[in-house]
Amino acid sequence: MIKQRYQSIIVQTICSLLIPFIQLFALYVIFHGHYGPGGGFQGGVLLAVSIILQRLYLGTEVSFQKFPPKLALAFGAIGMLIFGLAGLIPMATGGAFLDYGNLPILWVHGAELRYLGILIVEIGIGLAVFGSLVLIFDNLVGGGGQ
Amino acid sequence: MKWLSAPIMILLVALMLYATSGLPDHADPQAPANVHVSPTYIEDSVEDTHTPNIVTAVLADYRGYDTLGETVVIFTAGLACVLVLMKRRSNDKAAVSKHHSSDHL
Repeated sequence: MIKQRYQSIIVQTICSLLIPFIQLFALYVIFHGHYGPGGGFQGGVLLAVSIILQRLYLGTEVSFQKFPPKLALAFGAIGMLIFGLAGLIPMATGGAFLDYGNLPILWVHGAELRYLGILIVEIGIGLAVFGSLVLIFDNLVGGGGQ
Repeated sequence: MKWLSAPIMILLVALMLYATSGLPDHADPQAPANVHVSPTYIEDSVEDTHTPNIVTAVLADYRGYDTLGETVVIFTAGLACVLVLMKRRSNDKAAVSKHHSSDHL
């Protein structure tokens, strides 16, 4: 259904201009979660939207080459792995599960380490949400598994 | 037996409304939910985590276990979607090839 490029120069130009800004805003939302509204879930959805917009205007044939569906699955899994390790590594160094204060990062301590742990976890959430949403979209339009 | 559902429904709604009258007022500072752990979060989160946004501190640090579960749910939903739709697509292909072969005959 959306295999071919969308036949409108206006749509193509606007989409190609918008996508980098959407991605930049997504990164801002993820990394600014400490200071304002936002965080991993919202930023991950915005990242996924940028890829889905590309799929819609370029068509899946070209877009699947630019960003393969398997890469989405890999991103989702890596995001979950980051979150899981952020939970398990503190246990190995003598803390509780998800106790970021015990992450083995030598040059930061105490509250700063927990600040960093929150950032790591938010990145993991962002990647997992991003991967999952792109995965769902690819499989709904067909051809995601190949 | 169908007429029974209406009185049961009315009874349940009445029960719910009666139970609602026992809830604390909206945004009541003395409500049990607001005097248990909330004051600790509000007073200590900046000192504990250096994060000015209390929501983020609660979501990712104090209640990180909950957030881990949420993320697992989303990722599992994506995986389940892949599994269900992949099966359907391979069935479609089999049906299409069957259709084509019967056309040629």
